[in-house]
Amino acid sequence: MFGYEFMRQAFVASTFIAITAGLVGVFVVSRNMSFLSHTLSEIGFAGASFGILVGISPLAGMILFTLISSIAVGSLSSESSRREASISAISSLFIGLGILFLSLSSESSSYATNILFGSIVGISGHEVKQLLILALFVIFIFIIFYKPLSFDSFDHLGAQAAGLKTRFLSIAFLVTLALSVSIGAQIVGSLLVFVLLTLPGATAKYLVHTVPKMIMVSVGLSLAGVWLGLYLAFITNWPVTFFISTFEVIAYFCGLTYKNWKLNH
Amino acid sequence: MIEAKNLTKQFGSQVVFQNLNFKIQTGEFLSLIGPNGSGKTTLVKIMMGLEKKSHGELIIEPAQTIGYVPQFRNIDLDYPLSVEEFVRLNLKFTLSPTKRQDDNELIKEILEKTGLTKIKDRPLGLSSGGEKQKAYLAQALLNNPKILILDESTASLDVEVKMQLMDLVQELNQKYKLTVIFITHDYELTKKYTKRALFFKDKTLIEVPVKDVSEDMFEMGG
Ligand SMILES: Nc1ncnc2c1ncn2[C@@H]1O[C@H](COP(=O)(O)OP(=O)(O)OP(=O)(O)O)[C@@H](O)[C@H]1O
Ligand SMILES: [Mg+2]
Repeated sequence: MFGYEFMRQAFVASTFIAITAGLVGVFVVSRNMSFLSHTLSEIGFAGASFGILVGISPLAGMILFTLISSIAVGSLSSESSRREASISAISSLFIGLGILFLSLSSESSSYATNILFGSIVGISGHEVKQLLILALFVIFIFIIFYKPLSFDSFDHLGAQAAGLKTRFLSIAFLVTLALSVSIGAQIVGSLLVFVLLTLPGATAKYLVHTVPKMIMVSVGLSLAGVWLGLYLAFITNWPVTFFISTFEVIAYFCGLTYKNWKLNH
Repeated sequence: MIEAKNLTKQFGSQVVFQNLNFKIQTGEFLSLIGPNGSGKTTLVKIMMGLEKKSHGELIIEPAQTIGYVPQFRNIDLDYPLSVEEFVRLNLKFTLSPTKRQDDNELIKEILEKTGLTKIKDRPLGLSSGGEKQKAYLAQALLNNPKILILDESTASLDVEVKMQLMDLVQELNQKYKLTVIFITHDYELTKKYTKRALFFKDKTLIEVPVKDVSEDMFEMGG
């Protein structure tokens, strides 16, 4: 399958997508932001269609929309309950906007299905390079803020008590989340990118009990899903997203079962 | 030493307390008492620099590391990190391998000191209330503070576990001259462990020697 240029590119791109999503996902889960990452993907969809409409790339449109909204969310409120309520209010608006932008633009509807459902074809060498840079940037941020971000994500009240700048950390994290949503959507699609951003992290939580181990398991599951998905999509011509989400869901329930089994033994 | 001079705190127009004047000496073990909403947590947050004072002065000299165990924590049954990993969260980031070695030693020592060694690999979410409080304490002790603030750490524990935790704190206080500020609604513990109480009454703070602490100080409003 690596005889094809587009498959090589899809492989490189999805490898980096899986690494960032798996990494960021551990923190999405520990910060209880699964719901937010879902909404951000919808906002990303609107951003991508906006990009198509005004003639910038869908990726740029996505980054623009998700960055603005995640920073808005970060400064809106640090109370997660209030945050969720205001987020769900704007999320439907953005899906509507996305549909509007798409119908206004002259691009064919296959573009729209690619953004929504993801695709392994049609990712160019230039786009792969962009994804790579963004992914490396996200990983870089995590290396720099690893300690305080772990503290704040796994023990927010303790981190506050220890005097950490939790507001700043929250915004830094949301920026990486926005970027991860945007890069992930390029292959997995904006409809299901949150699968990669939440399920491997949630599964890891059931299996291991330290932050570095959770990151390893989460990235591993995310990579396994994406690689398997690519391979199966290549041989069956079915959508890659189907295989990825099926794999991650199965892994999740296996993790949950393992945890419950362990509790009873 | 911690010293307050005419310390006042307001939230908007609501005065929480005004004109507090007190001194806390190094190595003291004292309780901070008063009814719900009287400003105990707010006062220690001001000490920690987590909340701004409105007027007056608060001096901490020499500038010292303070370990603070806050009143509330979000640790549910599903909480994934092990006890050791939870304590480790408070470590500073380092790339140096020798520093990392020291950190591991430090963690081991703190877990030993707080009696958590046996359960260090278990998820904190599955630990008992007393074990959780010990883990919070261990985490707060990590950066070798000279002052320890406990905000109702014993509130939900049964008598035996309460005493265990307090014995531990008392040992730290005596061995290492750790200054301990213990916020509590517990009359017995105040009597048994602390030498002096700072009592919030009518928006101000009164110093009470422990022999004069009476049960009705814990009844009003609380
Ligand atoms: N961030 C805040 N904004 C507005 N008011 C606040 C804030 N924090 C505390 N208060 C108010 O300040 C008063 C003192 O609260 P504080 O939490 O210090 O009381 P406390 O003595 O610790 O009570 P408890 O025994 O219930 O823990 C309360 O009336 C509370 O409602
Ligand atoms: Mg309080």
